[in-house]
Amino acid sequence: MMLFFAGCGLAPKATRPIREPVLCNLVGSCVAAGFPSPADDYMERPLDLNEHLVQRPESTYFVRVTGDSMIEAGIHDGDLLVVDRSRTPVAGDVVIACVDGEFLVKRLARSAEGQVVLLPENSGYAPLAVPPEADFSLWGVAVHVIHSL
Amino acid sequence: MASLFALVDCNSFYASCERVFRPDLQSRPVVVLSNNDGCIIARSAEAKALGIPMGAPYFKHRNMLRRNGVAVFSSNYALYGDLSARVMNVLGRFSPRMEVYSIDEAFLELSGMPGGAERHARRLRATVLRWTGIPVSVGLGSTRTLAKIANRFAKQQERCRGVFDLDNSLRPELVLNSMPVRDIWGIGRRHARRLEAHGVHTALDFRNMDRNWVKRRMGVTGLHTLLELRGISCFGWERNPGMRKSILSSRSFGRPVECFAQMREAVACHAERVAEKLRRQGSVASGVTVFVETNRFAPGLPQYANSGFAAVHPATLHTPTVLGAALSLLERLFREGYQYKKCGVMLSGLEQEQGRWLSLLDPVPGDHCEQSRLMRAVDGINERWGRDTVRFAASGLERVWTMRQDMRSPRYTSAWAELPVVRAG
Repeated sequence: MMLFFAGCGLAPKATRPIREPVLCNLVGSCVAAGFPSPADDYMERPLDLNEHLVQRPESTYFVRVTGDSMIEAGIHDGDLLVVDRSRTPVAGDVVIACVDGEFLVKRLARSAEGQVVLLPENSGYAPLAVPPEADFSLWGVAVHVIHSL
Repeated sequence: MASLFALVDCNSFYASCERVFRPDLQSRPVVVLSNNDGCIIARSAEAKALGIPMGAPYFKHRNMLRRNGVAVFSSNYALYGDLSARVMNVLGRFSPRMEVYSIDEAFLELSGMPGGAERHARRLRATVLRWTGIPVSVGLGSTRTLAKIANRFAKQQERCRGVFDLDNSLRPELVLNSMPVRDIWGIGRRHARRLEAHGVHTALDFRNMDRNWVKRRMGVTGLHTLLELRGISCFGWERNPGMRKSILSSRSFGRPVECFAQMREAVACHAERVAEKLRRQGSVASGVTVFVETNRFAPGLPQYANSGFAAVHPATLHTPTVLGAALSLLERLFREGYQYKKCGVMLSGLEQEQGRWLSLLDPVPGDHCEQSRLMRAVDGINERWGRDTVRFAASGLERVWTMRQDMRSPRYTSAWAELPVVRAG
């Protein structure tokens, strides 16, 4: 009689038919021999940066920065921004604004007259007061910057 | 409590996806082309208003599109797939029960929502738009068919502002009367023609028909549609909407393929893809079908189409096994001297990997374990580091036969090198 070895996949050589009947482990699970690891009871998932950086995956997008007008806010040319669209932008937030069809990253503020002002974080640049007739919208709020050293 | 169905449908989904990262396109007409840039498969509202028909061949309309400043895109499924998943995940927060119906549509159960279904639907719509950038329309009705009709009404009527509740409508007859019978969900073109010949032109006409007539002429499906129009739900929530009976990977070539070597690569590539899909849904397959065809629409060229089937035993999820079966089928199918347009690989005889029957006579489940682990590792790598990081050499390195996508937008959400750029200046 011939039987096939129904092993657990740890013994690839034995998967060919062999002549002697052998005891089979028909349940496809593996039984490990040896001492149990003392750390087994303390197993936790490794830290996942996504958990730290992304609160809501559905509304979170990554964008790339070009230019240095936000350098004093720690946002450099070539950095990655983590943007959450579900946040309601308030004054003081770093926002992705869309002005005349272009994405800008600036700090959001309001003038005394209630006009939207986009502030740079670099003394070499001037604030941008958004005229009411401009094609303007707020696309999302930047919540983290990822800067390689 | 009686059911209340919501059909949520993304507005001009592919065109809307292109706009999320291109705010400059917000009010410009946008169209998206099919694989190989052949036909127009999606149009923004502005493009529809220009009279561009759905499915129109691109080359015929190229000049007209340019004259009208229409933004034209090759299809970017990496982007559409990602945004679709985001939309569906947001929708999932708004109902305990949901069924994804297509890449851009889902049914939700909305009965008993605090504050009323319509208010809930409006909040849902605003949230999807805010979080994902995709505008949606919501139709509410006591059956799926009515929800579909309500959705269409919501899209057409500006004053609905994207949400329409047919169940709470004062004059539902008016709405049904504005709906041509051929546009009712579940009524095919053939039946529609017959109904129109019979003097039935609108959903209201159809609703008022004699049910025996409908059952006799249109079968039980037709009867179900009739009853659904009368508010009697026939298509409830599927108990097990999960598994498909077969899965397919196929695609037209960017340029005609004549030589066996290229065809072999293409078939291998589809075999690889379809096996990956199989594993993603946790299944094993016991049948492989391969088909090849020339371009039916190229008169004057010699035509050939053929397909072949091979049984795989035991059922497998192992790419090399599928690949081997597919390639030996291709050797039998392939004929020299034709310009092939398309090929594909289909897997059938699907079962759940967990809980399938094992036979004592089948060779070695151990093999299966090992294959399963190997394939899981391959899938894991490709998922993590990007598609095709690890692949089978049989599917080719150059891939000259791949899709033509001359106007594809960046993969804004799935490729580090293609992220949207924001200016700090």
